[in-house]
Amino acid sequence: MAETFKIISMILIILGTILSLVSTFGLIRLPDVYTRNHAASKSTTLGIMTILLGTFVYFLNVHGHFDSRVLLGIFFIFLTSPVAGHLISRSAYHSGVKLWDKSVEDDLKSSQDKVYVKK
Amino acid sequence: MSFQILLNVFLAFIWMFLKNDYGSSSFFIGYLLGLLIMLAYRRFFTSRFYLVRVWAVIKLLALFLKELVLSNISVLKHILSPTLNIKPGIFALKTELTKDWEITILANLITLTPGTLVVDVSLDRQTLYIHAMDIPEKHEAIDSIKNTFERAIMEVSR
Repeated sequence: MAETFKIISMILIILGTILSLVSTFGLIRLPDVYTRNHAASKSTTLGIMTILLGTFVYFLNVHGHFDSRVLLGIFFIFLTSPVAGHLISRSAYHSGVKLWDKSVEDDLKSSQDKVYVKK
Repeated sequence: MSFQILLNVFLAFIWMFLKNDYGSSSFFIGYLLGLLIMLAYRRFFTSRFYLVRVWAVIKLLALFLKELVLSNISVLKHILSPTLNIKPGIFALKTELTKDWEITILANLITLTPGTLVVDVSLDRQTLYIHAMDIPEKHEAIDSIKNTFERAIMEVSR
């Protein structure tokens, strides 16, 4: 039984590592702040969550130790990292960072809500 | 909702006092019995029976997890494809949600949706400005936001 759970946690941890690696590739490859933010705020969230879940499963079933702090960590990362992504892209937009050249649409530009933009 | 939970805990305590047994199993049985009593008397409450709302919260959480996995798959596809054929852009989305916490949850959900990321919320709190990885997929994204997310959040707050 412990062997099966070892394999499950191994798969989870490897999956999380691959997700984090690919999101790092995304940070290098994608063209501007906003698209990079897509990669950073989504893939690393799930990557870290699966790594923590794998750790939790390992210690629960192999060592019989229920670590609630790992579960809390999963919960907090799940709640906070989309907010961090939103704040980074929002402050980037309001401090005048331009979108990629091939961007096709910008509704925010014409709206009345750009109160913080420096000319 | 919080009043109903408090009432249920109170009923469970009354059950413990009637049984003169102060263990957790006695509390649990009293809680279930109190739930039945409250289900029978639900027409006297001003809001809905609270288990409906608890179930809606669970469904919303499941939706969150599903969208997180789907969005990761789509981001991986974009990153690992040999040619970068994306058309990013920012589009506006009118929302019908009014309370601050509802808009916060909607923004979080949109950020975890495939190919969308909230950039700004307008000052009158009626429009969300969303950066999309692929603008041609915009209408699909708007539909899914309108039909699934807003409805799931309204289910909780209604």
